[in-house]
Amino acid sequence: MDMTHIHGRWLRCLVALGPLVAGQATLAQDKFIVMASTTSTEQSGLFAHLLPQFTQATGIQVRVVAQGTGQALDMGRRGDADIVFVHDQAAEEKFVAEGFGLQRRPVMYNDFVLVGPKADPAGVKGKDITAGLSKLAAANAPFISRGDKSGTHAAELRYWKAANVDLAAKKPPGYQECGCGMGPALNIGASSNAYVLTDRGTWLSFKNRADLAVLVEGDKRLFNQYGVIVVNQALHPHVKKDLAQVFGDWVVSPAGQNTIAAYKVGGEQLFFPNAGQ
Amino acid sequence: MSAFGESVSTAANLIASADPALMRIVALSLSVSGSACLFAAGFGLFGGAGLAVARFRGYRILVLLLNTLLALPSVVVGLVVYLLLSRSGPLGSLGILFTPTAMVIAQTILVLPVVAALTRQLVADALRGSGDQLRSMGAGPLTRALLMLVHERWAVLLVLLAAFGRAIAEVGAVMIVGGNIDGVTRVMTTTIALETSKGDLPLALALGLVLLLVVALINALIALVQSLQKGSAVR
Amino acid sequence: MTTPRSPSTAIDPPKESGLAWGASARRPISDPALIELRDVTVRFRDVRALDAVTLDVRTGERVALLGSNGSGKTTLLRVLHGLQRCEGERVLHVATKQAMVFQRPFLLRLSVWANMMIALWLAKVPAGERADLAHAALHRVGIADLRDRPARVLSLGQQQRLALARAWAVRPRLLFLDEPTASLDPGAKREVEALIEEFAAEGMTVVMSTHNLGQAKRLASRVVYLEGGRLIVDLPTDHFFNDRLPEEAALFLKGELHWT
Repeated sequence: MDMTHIHGRWLRCLVALGPLVAGQATLAQDKFIVMASTTSTEQSGLFAHLLPQFTQATGIQVRVVAQGTGQALDMGRRGDADIVFVHDQAAEEKFVAEGFGLQRRPVMYNDFVLVGPKADPAGVKGKDITAGLSKLAAANAPFISRGDKSGTHAAELRYWKAANVDLAAKKPPGYQECGCGMGPALNIGASSNAYVLTDRGTWLSFKNRADLAVLVEGDKRLFNQYGVIVVNQALHPHVKKDLAQVFGDWVVSPAGQNTIAAYKVGGEQLFFPNAGQ
Repeated sequence: MSAFGESVSTAANLIASADPALMRIVALSLSVSGSACLFAAGFGLFGGAGLAVARFRGYRILVLLLNTLLALPSVVVGLVVYLLLSRSGPLGSLGILFTPTAMVIAQTILVLPVVAALTRQLVADALRGSGDQLRSMGAGPLTRALLMLVHERWAVLLVLLAAFGRAIAEVGAVMIVGGNIDGVTRVMTTTIALETSKGDLPLALALGLVLLLVVALINALIALVQSLQKGSAVR
Repeated sequence: MTTPRSPSTAIDPPKESGLAWGASARRPISDPALIELRDVTVRFRDVRALDAVTLDVRTGERVALLGSNGSGKTTLLRVLHGLQRCEGERVLHVATKQAMVFQRPFLLRLSVWANMMIALWLAKVPAGERADLAHAALHRVGIADLRDRPARVLSLGQQQRLALARAWAVRPRLLFLDEPTASLDPGAKREVEALIEEFAAEGMTVVMSTHNLGQAKRLASRVVYLEGGRLIVDLPTDHFFNDRLPEEAALFLKGELHWT
């Protein structure tokens, strides 16, 4: 029977399947852990620099699922990650207290900056974040908040509180929440000439700046602490506790800390290791 | 307009230099969506053909449900599959979350209604002109339906192309169940989303162009096969 | 109550009954009926396609169903063949292999050979016998040299011969034809009629609908005239064309005679 032309369709699909099967075979042989981390850490390019060193030293592959801090911790609660690496100390300590994680260890810090239109219509420029935000609110200037339970969002809320602006009661007229990551928030800020609180790492690698520039930086309160927590295996038996522990130990060891310090973007160091502190 | 111009030249450079990271991402996209298409074809073609001749009680409701699933949002499929495969979910012990396997499962679920609903319609229509004669020759209902799949194979191919297009172009499901892990589950659409969120819009557009080019290539190959078959099949 | 029998469940007559082609031609026409219809009515919405039709078909007959379009010829054929549900009684007396040829044959988008083989597969012919039978059938109707052509590029006459080959290959005892030459040019019409005559001579019982009087005169042993779903006249051919007929039938004859 003349059925040969039907085979062509199946052949095409089988050919597409080939690399998938082959890929799966090789993947299954590697040791790996799943790390839930934040978009800001990944987008800064730190992981592309840090993780290959770790894999070379230990043979363990680290698979990073990058999302907001809130979602990363939720992933840890569900047991879908073996280790979490985020930057919201209060939320992290709660995570451990609730029994989802074994121990929180500080790893490094970077800093936040407030970016806005170069002309700075609200006059926020300076070294004081709370003063800057107060002026922003008073001037009814547009501000883009991530609004996504991320570490950056949590920090932003702390600064507004310190500036005596009660967001729950009444948001300043220009305040907009996008429920999105750092990059998209900056995109919106760039196209609408608004102020955005961002981490330096994302800002340095962000390409679509339009008219935005760094306006407030250097305030000690803008320092952003990162911590690493191994997920508790007791709740989810399949969590790879031992392999995750290897990473946890390595990243606070001199080897890991030096690798972090060595990472530079445009000659600038982004992250400052502080594990011993 | 410069963003568009820049993206075209970026796309050309990426393709010309055969950037290995890009090649890997393209290969993964093709194999994930191709596999999903294959599995969806297996279930959807037979399921759709069967539904075309089905007369059991409630089959009309099933058809209604199937047609409704055509509008299934990809992100919803992603969420459901995620919750099933999560370690705190029923199938967590399989350990396939954040792997290409999970992505294939999600995309198969997504495009299965496309294949089944469209196949059902084309088989039902084809049987309108031929059902009686095939019955006369001794063909039972399922045999008639399957013969229509052979008879209308070019229409079936188009259905599969539509399913493949839906799969390779979606980002919601693969992002959630795959995690967009660099080197493991990063595909074209999640890369485009990532580059967009990093603000590198020309690169994102360029990758979009590459995606379209890859699909265009596949369609061209199929058209070639079709024209070679011209004498025997198409009338 | 109906006893419709799907053709696919019809069983081939046992070999020892001696049903080679020549055998049934020797049987007298007064044999018991192959199919009997009693008071059969078919309703589509509020239209009666068939209205209380009573009809027997006996072995060896060549029945022509005559009537204009919409008279119910096609519906009657479908009821006889078991494709159409009806009110009234349809009795299939002997497990009879049947085949049907339609005005426009449905051919799959495959080669002539593939269409033949699929027909044999559907008729549950054992796998080992199919190739030989297909070959014989294509030869029988004279299109063996076209076997590798796509079936759909054949001329209508050749397609109809393929349909006849498909039917012949399953060795039906009863062959139904629904206006088989209506779409054909005179040359093709002659070829197809010749084949039908030969099949009938070989022993097939034939029931054929037509609105061509000359064809009925040439091929049929018995003529049934239908109008508005009702059976008006049922006579042997020579009686039909020579006796005095009811008015509707007479008018039909008069109207059609120009076109013989």
